[in-house]
Amino acid sequence: MEREAMEFDVVIVGGGPSGLAAAIRLKQLAAEKGSDLSVCILEKGSEIGAHILSGAVIEPRALNELLPDWKERGAPLHTPAGKDRFLLLTEKRAFPFITPPQMNNHGNYIVSLGNVCRWLAEQAEALEVDIYPGFAAAEVLYHDDGSVKGVATGDMGRARDGSEGPNFELGMELHAKQTLFAEGCRGSLTKTLFDRFDLRQDAEPQVYGIGIKELWEIDPAKHMPGSITHTAGWPMDMSTYGGAWIYHLEDNLVSVGFVIGLDYKNPYLSPFDEMQRFKTHPAIREQFEGARRISYGARAISSGGFQSIPKLTFPGGMLLGDAAGFLNVPKIKGTHTAMKSGMTAAEAVFDVLAASEDENAGRGAEITDYSERLEKTWLWEELRGVRNVKPSFHWGLLPALVYSGLDTVILRGKAPWTLHHRPDHEQLLPAAECTPIAYPKPDGKLTFDKPSSVFLSNTNHEEEQPCHLTLKDEAVPVTLNLARFAGPEARFCPAGVYEFIPDGDAQRLQINAQNCVHCKTCDIKDPSQNINWVTPEGGGGPNYPNM
Amino acid sequence: MSALVLAEHDNSALSPATLNAVAAALAISQDVDLIVAGSECSAVVTAAGAVAGVRTVLHADAAHYAHALAENLAPLIVAVADGYEHVLAAATTTGKNVMPRVAALLDVAQISDIIGVEDHETFMRPIYAGNVIATVRSSDATKVITVRTTGFDAVADTGGSAAVETVEALADSGLSQFVGEELTKSDRPELTAADIIVSGGRGVGSSENFAIIEALADKLGAAVGASRAAVDAGYVPNDYQVGQTGKVVAPGLYIAIGISGAIQHLAGMKDSKVIVAINKDEEAPIFGVADYGLVGDLFKEVPAMVEALGD
Amino acid sequence: MKILVAVKRAIDYNVKARPKSDGSGVDLANVKMSMNPFDEIAVEEAIRIQEAGNASETIAVSVGPKQCQETLRTAMAMGVDRGVLVETDEDVQPLAVAKLIKAVIDKEQPELVILGKQAIDDDSNQTGQMLAALLGWPQGTFACGVALADGKLEVRREIDGGIQTINLTMPAVVTADLRLNEPRYVKLPNIMKAKKKPLDVLAPAELGIDVTPRLTLVKVAEPPAREGGVKVEDVQQLIDKLRNEAKVI
Repeated sequence: MEREAMEFDVVIVGGGPSGLAAAIRLKQLAAEKGSDLSVCILEKGSEIGAHILSGAVIEPRALNELLPDWKERGAPLHTPAGKDRFLLLTEKRAFPFITPPQMNNHGNYIVSLGNVCRWLAEQAEALEVDIYPGFAAAEVLYHDDGSVKGVATGDMGRARDGSEGPNFELGMELHAKQTLFAEGCRGSLTKTLFDRFDLRQDAEPQVYGIGIKELWEIDPAKHMPGSITHTAGWPMDMSTYGGAWIYHLEDNLVSVGFVIGLDYKNPYLSPFDEMQRFKTHPAIREQFEGARRISYGARAISSGGFQSIPKLTFPGGMLLGDAAGFLNVPKIKGTHTAMKSGMTAAEAVFDVLAASEDENAGRGAEITDYSERLEKTWLWEELRGVRNVKPSFHWGLLPALVYSGLDTVILRGKAPWTLHHRPDHEQLLPAAECTPIAYPKPDGKLTFDKPSSVFLSNTNHEEEQPCHLTLKDEAVPVTLNLARFAGPEARFCPAGVYEFIPDGDAQRLQINAQNCVHCKTCDIKDPSQNINWVTPEGGGGPNYPNM
Repeated sequence: MSALVLAEHDNSALSPATLNAVAAALAISQDVDLIVAGSECSAVVTAAGAVAGVRTVLHADAAHYAHALAENLAPLIVAVADGYEHVLAAATTTGKNVMPRVAALLDVAQISDIIGVEDHETFMRPIYAGNVIATVRSSDATKVITVRTTGFDAVADTGGSAAVETVEALADSGLSQFVGEELTKSDRPELTAADIIVSGGRGVGSSENFAIIEALADKLGAAVGASRAAVDAGYVPNDYQVGQTGKVVAPGLYIAIGISGAIQHLAGMKDSKVIVAINKDEEAPIFGVADYGLVGDLFKEVPAMVEALGD
Repeated sequence: MKILVAVKRAIDYNVKARPKSDGSGVDLANVKMSMNPFDEIAVEEAIRIQEAGNASETIAVSVGPKQCQETLRTAMAMGVDRGVLVETDEDVQPLAVAKLIKAVIDKEQPELVILGKQAIDDDSNQTGQMLAALLGWPQGTFACGVALADGKLEVRREIDGGIQTINLTMPAVVTADLRLNEPRYVKLPNIMKAKKKPLDVLAPAELGIDVTPRLTLVKVAEPPAREGGVKVEDVQQLIDKLRNEAKVI
């Protein structure tokens, strides 16, 4: 059977901040110049925002440029950032620390990024962008000359064994002059593009963190809208990169989360349990007493920064947002940079597509102008200035804090050196060299187990479909991961997808793919890169409200 | 202030669900009447008269009342409803079929699936698949209600001595006609309709071992269910699954065997009237919701239970 | 034959509903909404009847706020020919919905009306039956099979403990149960085509219907948490308790 095809000028893969900003900017330019431009966004989540999870304190810089009248348009930026606190935790105590300059949030807003995306999608639809949530781009399509032709959505209705089920529908091809990949951190198609076009050749390896977030409704008496707390230290040891955030939003809501660098070494570490344990700190637990947890989720973030940015363009397409890795690590913000990259890409693409009357103008072209323009924006300057902060954490928390102060405050990011990264999946030590970590049992009030947490993420996947967590070698989980690293996937997955269960005298890996919250941690941290995360049927995954 | 309850039956026996509906009616009103509409159903009328707490049995007999077709039953109930403040039926497929038709003919709202009575016009009912309990107040003169049977303990089917009044049958509407019925008596009942469910989890260990679960289910005339873990492990097909993405069930008795009790599973069965858990792990969360817990090896306890249940 | 299908915009079936902390209602802010799953089955059935050549036109009707247009577009993307929205921001309860749909039916004159058996938000399970009563039509509720023969409609119904088959005169109302069919996946090009299909918007007042709620929501709450009971010593004791204390076997 042949797939049907649809033609667009621009296809954008992913309806997050960068993809939506690109779509809006393209349509704004088309409206200004009076030209006709078809723009389509594919989003694997069941709706825009369903898979969006972020802290989030956002800097409105890019939004101000894109939609200066965002306030009048009712953007859900309701809570201006208020008082900043930075706490250094030991097991029993909390020491206030000077807030690092990049973490100053004056003029920023505490938001639900999911809701911001829902609103951006409304703006985009008003500009006649075609948005298709519930459709996952599963495959990159190429012209005969090797340039990107577009993408294909995944087939729907395949049975678990891959055969065609009763309601089988073949995927669709979406052809475009330019395809913009805005898949977010560790995009599954972006990963294939890195290989195919050697995009990472001149870049440092990308490194990652996993962010685990909960949304709580707390006692109004304890609620301080705008309050921002960040912590470092406990429960991480001094050599593991990690810290927490606590943001007070509107309506008695509190966003609490924990980020751990995926370069951690002890295979017994469980990011989920660290997050649970963090909440029990004497300085933290009080505000959650009598409160109600209402949502849960997790997502990996790219934290390699400037030196890990890959080549951004290739024939027929380009990379936007966190798919490329524009997160400012010390600021712990990437929304403004993601949006800025989308807007810059849109401008570069529009200029090429609108340059001539030729209806094939820009088809399959490599628009390097995108990178050149980006290098002239504040985004580039900003990321360059903080490039040495994250890698300095290889030396441990305290030296890193001292170094980061020196590098960013004294040298102002102009140090004549650039520190290097090492790939996260190579960092685990053999279990035999590490100490197992005994995590406290969840109490069901402040701390929870994984199943009851995933329950709150409203995650679902159509049951009858091939497993989207594919193994290159079926034996590796037992022969390598279990034998050498004590089965780290059972712990690094924040959704309980991977479980080792007894099978006679041995153990086998059970993959509960239905639980997957699409955080991509397994694809990143699996020691031999044996797990390959591919898109499940469109619409599957979490359904985050207000995250 | 009196209440009328629709008696559900098969023309020979009164359905037990009616006893729960009568219980709900008695929680609202002292004066509870039953209406028995059927064909040659005098045995049901006798049984209805014996139900504890019933004042009068209204009896309408005609061939076209044999199968409780809504098109015939609803006008009959409307015809006798005058003077009753409440008209109730069990929330069975019969009650759910007939009562909204009654309500619309009376131009009143229906209060579906009540599980509690606050006062004569205020009722509790589950919404959002039981995740939320709503308290609603009716402003209608006649309250048409269906009753979730697990919400009210059945009244005794003996001890009553109700008077019997004959009600004149109305003409056959001619709109609908009964063709046939296939009751799944011999086979295992459907999961969502079963009175008893026996469910197995990952503790069962294999697809072959599920025979142990099935043996107990057959002994009890129960449906077989499974936790997601058991389904994911490939022991049983998807349609056995109780919980989050599977079915929500609320049987009279739910027996969870080798099921730890993840919240996803609990969400699917917590409305069951009586829950039994058999698990070797004393700490399993399932014991936190079970009315009766048995800590032990399922491979020993379940066959012992089959044996002890005898014939 | 014209078929009319009623569709409701409801909370997505994957999303867990949660009462607001003040008990005034269910928190639906920024929650994913979809077509009620039983209504999707109803739409699928209508389309299948049309595809089999037994219907000339299929029309989807929805009652509710402006966003119900999305729900109607989904029905049209599945294959329904056109949509009618009775737009209101009121809390419309089943009786009012039935009256509004009846008013649309009086204009459209379909011979078959298919609805989902219940919506997964308020779980009322009333609208189809009420509509049939108001129209004076027969009703085939909880349908798991529908067949047209000799001007009659044969409906297989899911009843407690089995399947019942009834014959209905036409016109008739059918409500769809879970096993009637498995709805199709919506195809991308059809979503685009659906944007161009006709969609009429009406107001309850135009139809002369009073939608004032009859039931007042006093409060909502989470169900009481179930508490653990007793541990029994052995199988004998368990059976004894089930027989004599709980009386469930």
